[in-house]
Amino acid sequence: MRSPLSQARGLRSAGAGSAHWWTQRVTAVALVPLAIWFLASLLALGRGKHIDFVVWLQSPLNTILMVSFVIALFWHMALGLQVIVEDYVHTRPLKILASVAIHTGCALLVVTGLVSIARTIA
Amino acid sequence: MKDDNAPLSPALQIYRPQLTSVLSFMHRLTGIALSLGSLLLIAWLVAGSMGSPAYDMLLGFLRSGTGVLLLFGWTFTLFYHLCNGIRHLCWDAGYGFELKTIYASGWAVVSASLGLTVATWLIGLYALAGGA
Repeated sequence: MRSPLSQARGLRSAGAGSAHWWTQRVTAVALVPLAIWFLASLLALGRGKHIDFVVWLQSPLNTILMVSFVIALFWHMALGLQVIVEDYVHTRPLKILASVAIHTGCALLVVTGLVSIARTIA
Repeated sequence: MKDDNAPLSPALQIYRPQLTSVLSFMHRLTGIALSLGSLLLIAWLVAGSMGSPAYDMLLGFLRSGTGVLLLFGWTFTLFYHLCNGIRHLCWDAGYGFELKTIYASGWAVVSASLGLTVATWLIGLYALAGGA
């Protein structure tokens, strides 16, 4: 016999489900203006040379927005790909392995992006 | 093999496609495509940090026929995921669940992403032609 309270508690998310859900939405909202800014920047840089890219990225506002874009993008991407894996992969070891691989890969891509930005503006 | 009682997605073989289901499926598909596209973003940043030769090589590829096709596909994919993502956020906030509204917002997403893609490329081609 379980008490009503313990039964109700048992109905909650078993892991970090609600944090996952919220983070996916928050990064989505952040990516709306960031993606539009990024696209507009590409339109402006498309015809430029390497020096134009460096000068553009060195502007503090562009540095901040680019770093934010890279972080928000790969965070959102890891969460989204994880949901797809969880929906279609039904064996637990494979599901966990794929999830870890997705998050590790995205983390490496973020680090690569941020290091490249730092080296460009240095 | 299934090892828990988690709900499963509807089986595609027995599911009649409708605008709503097709758009929902496309949201995931574009999400996966954009994930692949994000590798290009990192390649661009890395090439930029390496210097002029690497940067010119990447831009040379992006301006080739294959590159332009990739970028065009990427633009539509991005706009679709962006517009339909906003539709999803409205649902998350509790708005737009009536069947009529769902279909109207669905068609709005399709036309907005097509229109924005064409508009972006017109601006891009105009800039490339030296007009801006």
